[in-house]
Amino acid sequence: MSNYKVPTMAEMAASGDNPEILFWVGCAGSFDERYKAVTQAFVKILNKVGVSFAVLGPEEACTGDPARRAGNEFLFQMQAVANIQVMNGYNVKKVVTACPHCFNTIKNEYPALGGNYEVIHHSQFLQTLINEGKIVMKGGGEFKGKKITFHDSCYLGRANNVYEAPREIIKALDVELVEMKRCRTKGLCCGAGGAQMFKEPEAGKKDINIERTEEALQTGASAIAVGCPFCLTMMSDGVKNKEKENEVKVFDLAELIAKDQGLS
Amino acid sequence: MSILPQIIFLLFFAAAGYVLYKRISFLKRNIQLGKAESRNDQPAERWQTMALVAFGQKKMFKRWIPALLHLLVYLGFIVINLEVAEFIIDGITGQHRIFAPLLGGTYTFAMNFFEFLAVGVLVSCVIFLIRRNITKVPRLSMKELKGWPALDANLILVIEICLMMAILKMNAADQILASRGVDHYTQLGPLFFSSLLKPMLVGFGDSFLVFVERAAWWFHIVGILGFAIYVTYSKHLHIFLAFPNTWYSNLKPKGEMANMPEVTNEVNMMLGIPTEGNAEPPAEIGRFGAKDINDLSWVNIMNAYSCTECGRCTSECPANITGKKLSPRKVMMDVRDRAEEVGKSLDAGGKGFEDGKSLLGDYISQEEINACTSCNACVEACPVNIDPLSIILQMRRYVAMEESGSPAQWNAMFQNMETSFSPWKFSPSDRFNWAEKVKDEEMK
Repeated sequence: MSNYKVPTMAEMAASGDNPEILFWVGCAGSFDERYKAVTQAFVKILNKVGVSFAVLGPEEACTGDPARRAGNEFLFQMQAVANIQVMNGYNVKKVVTACPHCFNTIKNEYPALGGNYEVIHHSQFLQTLINEGKIVMKGGGEFKGKKITFHDSCYLGRANNVYEAPREIIKALDVELVEMKRCRTKGLCCGAGGAQMFKEPEAGKKDINIERTEEALQTGASAIAVGCPFCLTMMSDGVKNKEKENEVKVFDLAELIAKDQGLS
Repeated sequence: MSILPQIIFLLFFAAAGYVLYKRISFLKRNIQLGKAESRNDQPAERWQTMALVAFGQKKMFKRWIPALLHLLVYLGFIVINLEVAEFIIDGITGQHRIFAPLLGGTYTFAMNFFEFLAVGVLVSCVIFLIRRNITKVPRLSMKELKGWPALDANLILVIEICLMMAILKMNAADQILASRGVDHYTQLGPLFFSSLLKPMLVGFGDSFLVFVERAAWWFHIVGILGFAIYVTYSKHLHIFLAFPNTWYSNLKPKGEMANMPEVTNEVNMMLGIPTEGNAEPPAEIGRFGAKDINDLSWVNIMNAYSCTECGRCTSECPANITGKKLSPRKVMMDVRDRAEEVGKSLDAGGKGFEDGKSLLGDYISQEEINACTSCNACVEACPVNIDPLSIILQMRRYVAMEESGSPAQWNAMFQNMETSFSPWKFSPSDRFNWAEKVKDEEMK
């Protein structure tokens, strides 16, 4: 047996190849200790299924999303234009990313700056692989028969109308999907979007992630599924704050599939 | 027969028309204090959005109780205004119920339908008053509604109740007079709801009933004309502006933040990329982002005038829910208040924008805009497609680019991004380290 492979676009180009998809890892996927596991899980799935992919590796930079939403348009465009030059240089056509913020920015905001790609969130990509029979679900593994709730990410749901793909993945796991009171179009933010991830919240009664975690815990689910690195951090912190980390786990959708497939 | 009532009616009508014309010009000019923005693409999509969201009330039905009550008031407003057309013709020609002899049984049916709706409006308005003042629905009793907004809301409801009662009373008196064969009054056929009021009036003489009928008629038509003018001063302007406001909706994905082409030119120059097309720099680069209403788009200001302060945005806002100062409804109310202030000052030959005040700072604080998670819950919640987020993000641009006044932690994030291309302070060369572990693992 061979090892998992993580080819870079540069390596591909050197050998005259062009992969079918660029896996856009994102800053959280590259640096966040907890979220690196999601990146690794997704890469293992890609390997297992035999998808032709590559990453930018050190050539990737932040999409600029938090800078733009915090108001620093110059900084956003500096990042965006540089990224577009790199991607256009490799003739990228199709981008898959696990981060809804990267997804939204590359999909909706890069075209105005000359970056036109087909952009897919990993939940949509994984759902397609399941539908096409390329991933054959094994019945949910450790979650079989348990309750899982899904926390809608604003930048996936309201911002881009992706509500069903994550739910289809959870349903394929042979678990019970339980909805929170506020879900889909009415979903409550984890509190990290709009660059809130990078500063302390303003004074108030409560932090947003605590409010959202309380709602998730009310469902009685043993796992909270998320599709966004910020949501993963915020919900995990919320669960810890409520001292429920032993009973309730927070997982990304890719991790759930990797577990089902016995990849992690 | 004296033509004095006709002359008085025409004078009222002309005066109301003139005042309305002045008010509409004032509002139109205020909206145009915003920057130009083209929103005329995809007309088919726009007509459809208007039909569904404004005409069809689609987004109202996310909350069933107020949606049904509001639907009754809305239908009542549209349908009863058909009767107002008859009022106006009668008022000008000196006739009474000009359509009654022409339509016969259809007229009776129509009057019964109008009365049914009038009762529906009346009941709904009473329930709305209860929700606002007695059960105090949270979103209808927040602090930004103190004072004029709360009074405005109650006034509208009370006026509507009075107008509907006038219709019913008038019809009741009318039926008694017609049954007595008094000159000028034609048989209307049985009217269900107003017949219930007949016992109150039946003991009076003809002349008193004529007085009641005429008084109710004048009260209703003058009330409607007055209400039309009042609406232009009120949050109730949404009854007209909901239509253009939804037609000019943002049709792009909600997550997309508008690009700033003036920045693109500079970034391309800095990165040594040749700029296509308009290589010539614009004659005058305006302000980056928005400090006052003239930095916003006219769509933002129209949004503010379309806001009926229902607070669905604020009740869905995660920042507001958790006790932060941000309230998207207040943002819209502030934009409207500032537009009114500047507009009045300009009309009076005053200082206009140069009054030492601005939207950001005097109306909306940085603390409010900093609390926004850009989650689009407010945009999704608005029944008439108002976009408070667009205004908040434009103000953040002003703070970041013109004042370098962003919170310290954001400035640190900016610096990390500039130096290491990540919002966190990690070395860019470590970006690919995550792959080492996977590469070492044997494929399962």
